[in-house]
Amino acid sequence: MDEGLKSELQKAGIFTTTLSGLYNWGRKNSLWPLQFGLACCAIEMIATSMARYDLARFGAEVFRPSPRQADLMIVAGTVTKKMAPQVVRLYRQMPSPKYVIAMGACAISGGPFKQGYNVLKGIDRFIPVDVHIPGCPPRPEALLHSIMTLQRKITEDSLAKNREKEEQERLKSELPIPVHGAQDLEPAQNPKIWKAPAARKA
Amino acid sequence: MENEKAILPEVQQIADAINAAVKNAGVTVSINPSPAEQHSLLLFPTKARECAQWLKAESPWQLDYLSNVSGNDWPEDAITKQTPKQPVKDAGEEPMHPCLEAVYHLYSIRQSLGPIIIRMRTENRSDKVELPSLTPIWRSAELQEREIFDLYGIHFEGHPDLRRLLMWDEFEDHPMRRDYVEPDDYDYEPTPHGDVLKKSLTQQEGTV
Repeated sequence: MDEGLKSELQKAGIFTTTLSGLYNWGRKNSLWPLQFGLACCAIEMIATSMARYDLARFGAEVFRPSPRQADLMIVAGTVTKKMAPQVVRLYRQMPSPKYVIAMGACAISGGPFKQGYNVLKGIDRFIPVDVHIPGCPPRPEALLHSIMTLQRKITEDSLAKNREKEEQERLKSELPIPVHGAQDLEPAQNPKIWKAPAARKA
Repeated sequence: MENEKAILPEVQQIADAINAAVKNAGVTVSINPSPAEQHSLLLFPTKARECAQWLKAESPWQLDYLSNVSGNDWPEDAITKQTPKQPVKDAGEEPMHPCLEAVYHLYSIRQSLGPIIIRMRTENRSDKVELPSLTPIWRSAELQEREIFDLYGIHFEGHPDLRRLLMWDEFEDHPMRRDYVEPDDYDYEPTPHGDVLKKSLTQQEGTV
C-alpha cells in the first residue's frame, strides 16, 4: 500500500496493515523463552528477566518450564557433550515457529573450554541458531540486544516466506539427536546444518 | 592460631598410634618437603578400612569429618622428572612406584583439628587399580570416589554405587590421567596458531 494513502487514512482514524505485518507483530512481541540454564550465563539471563533490566518490556518474560509451550530457546551456558543430546531433544519438542539464541562464548563456540574433552564446540553444530551473542557471560544489555535483533529478524518474515520457513522448520524438527560414543558424540556435528569453515592459514 | 597448632597432632605420632592399635597396619608417613609441610599418612590398602574405622571411631583424634577426596596419577615420568629435582620417595626410602593415588582430607569437628591427610596407592596404573572404598566409613566420600573412578579409573571396592559421575556412561577412558590422549577434533579453529593450526589443517585435509 502507498505510504501516503496509509498516512491519510491514519489521519481519518483508519489503521491499515498487511496480514503478515500483523502476524509478525504478534509473534515478535510475545516470545516465550524456554526456562533452562546451563551455566553462569543463566544467572545473567535471570537478571535480565528481573526488575532492573525488565525483559517484560519486550514481551519475552514468560519463561516456560515446558518446551511444548515455548518458542524461544536461550542456550545460556556451556553445553557439555553429556548435555547436548538433551538440548537437541528439547529443541525438537518445541512447536514451530521456533527461534534459538546462543548466549555466551561457550554456547557459540565452546568458549574457554573449547579444547576440553567434555565440551561441545558450539550448539550450532546440532541446532540452527538465529542470534549469537558473544561475552563471558554477556551482560543483560547484550541479551536484550539479542532479543531486539531477533525481533527485527522476525519482522522481516513475510507470510508467503513463512510457509516455506515452516516447511524448513518441520525438517529442522527432525534433527537427529546425537548419541554418546566412546570418545565423543556420534555424530560429532550435524553435517546438514554445520560445516567447518576453511582453516585460516596464519 | 597458637591453640590450634598445639592440638594439631604430629603425623608421625598418629602413624605410630595406628600401628599400635591395628594389627599389621603398616602405616607410613609420606613426607611433603614443600613449605606447606602437609605430611600425610600412607595406608596399606588391605588394612585401610580398619585403620580408617579406628581413626574415626576409636582414636583420640576422632576424625569424624571427611572434607575432600582427590585423585593423583603417578606415571613413570612424573616420578622421575618431578620439579623439586629429586625423585619422589616414600618416607625418604624407596622411590615410589608408578601408581594411582587417592588422597583423603580429614577433620575432627568435635576437637576442631585438621586437616589430617591419608593416602592410598594402587599397585600399578593398568590392571591392579583396586582400592578399598572408604564410603562405608565416611558417607561423604561417595560422590567423590565416583568422580575419581570416572576421571582416574581407580576401582573402589565396597563402594555402594560405583558409576561414572561426570562423563557419560559410554565414555571409554579416564581423562585426568596424565597419558590421556584427547580426541583429535580440531576441525574448526577461528584463530589457529602453532600446534593447533597444524592439527586443524591436517584434520581438514583428511576430511575433504
